Amino acid sequence: MNQTIQNPLKTPLYNEHVKLNARIVEFAGWQMPIQYTNLKDEHNSTRNHVGLFDVSHMGEIRVKGAKAVETLQWLTTNDVAKLESGQAQYGLLPNDVGGLVDDLFIYCLEKNQDYLVCVNASNKDKDFAWMTKHNRGSDMTDESNHWGQIAIQGPKAFELCDKIFDTIKISKMNRNEIQVGKFMGHTIMIATTGYTGELGCEVFIESAGTEKLWQALLADPIKAVPVGLGARDILRTEMKYSLYGHEIDDTTNPYEAVLGWAIKPMAKDFMSKTQIVAAKENGLKRKLIGFKMLDRGIPRQGYEIKTSAGVKIGTVTSGTHSITLDEPIGIAYVDFAFSTEGSEIYVDIRGKLIKASVCKTPFVIK
Amino acid sequence: MAFHVPEEFYYTKDHEWAQIDENIVTVGITEFAQDQLGEVVYVDLPEEGQKVTQNQPFGVVESVKAVSDLYAPVSGTVIEVNSSLVDDPSSLNDDPNNTGWLVRIEMDSEKELAQLMRAPEYKKLTAEK
Repeated sequence: MNQTIQNPLKTPLYNEHVKLNARIVEFAGWQMPIQYTNLKDEHNSTRNHVGLFDVSHMGEIRVKGAKAVETLQWLTTNDVAKLESGQAQYGLLPNDVGGLVDDLFIYCLEKNQDYLVCVNASNKDKDFAWMTKHNRGSDMTDESNHWGQIAIQGPKAFELCDKIFDTIKISKMNRNEIQVGKFMGHTIMIATTGYTGELGCEVFIESAGTEKLWQALLADPIKAVPVGLGARDILRTEMKYSLYGHEIDDTTNPYEAVLGWAIKPMAKDFMSKTQIVAAKENGLKRKLIGFKMLDRGIPRQGYEIKTSAGVKIGTVTSGTHSITLDEPIGIAYVDFAFSTEGSEIYVDIRGKLIKASVCKTPFVIK
Repeated sequence: MAFHVPEEFYYTKDHEWAQIDENIVTVGITEFAQDQLGEVVYVDLPEEGQKVTQNQPFGVVESVKAVSDLYAPVSGTVIEVNSSLVDDPSSLNDDPNNTGWLVRIEMDSEKELAQLMRAPEYKKLTAEK
């Protein structure tokens, strides 16, 4: 960590953020824009129009060769063998004690031969070390410095992309797919994935071309809006998407995190499968839920969840004021007995117990 | 960015302002503070009659993203609370130097004012940020 504090990394778009007068903060060792204008406008532009996100800090690990599938099947929880060329899949990277090293997206560029794994910036070095250590014969490289990445998210995203990219018609793609093409001579990979719940895509582009792509997207008369990490966090919280370090970490059982849909124990063997599945079969002790406040107050990460009698039954993992709903929302682990919709819980906000209720998620239905 | 920093106010390093009228001190947050916070969505203020201590938290403002404590510029007793902020805190963003005031405090000792900044010093502080 010392190294990152002394020498924070800059994405290929750093100068663009400075030009746009963004407020820059250090995030996962990177100098990132937290806000350009204000959270509300940036958030609403994504929900109602189209937002642009610099996600170049994300890590990209390439896994190739005849042993690529065998390696990824062992390392991750989802069924990688089911991916056809051009398809993408969410998965989890377990450690060897039943917790999680990271969560990730696997993009199949060529079935059985060539996969791109996109991981969290904060975990990239740890992930690569872990994957390398437990590699089962694949050709594995950290390509993170090679790729910039721009997320284009919102109802107008496809309209914008179809104007900008001439070799790939994104409006013809299904969700969770990837296609390789060119933009002004630079290799790009466009994936119909995202972290906002909106229609849209994430574009991997060779670092040297990232600035040109950003400028072209901003210059288009559709008037896409740059969106910082602040609004991005609210957008993902409204969808109850997990963020490593909040909802999941190296102690999380993924079934408790309600990520069972990304775990395929019937299909294959994988790291920590026995511990992960046993925790579920023995009965989950806690569960990740969404809640809304019934009385005034905003939940924040780390606040305790209690019963009306003040007994601790859980902890808030993420909380904010939802801009879409204009009310506070929270995500928390609670004891399993309190995890059903409508359960009355109390959030300890600065020593006061404020009434809340477990609710349906995602908070915002798209 | 130029923020309006009234000359007649006193200021804390935590970006509260204090307007003195005899022994009654009206307290608010500065334009710089509201700009840093972004849209304020929640305010937690003390009850009338509550004692507050200089440099100690007396309440909380929350924007969409952040929780910030409010620090008392002087010690004393809260005699009035701007309760309109509880239902609609928007004046904290729109008019923090006037209608967005937070509380009025009957101060214990004028001597504490010596620990506060005047406008030129406060301007210098925010210019460094």
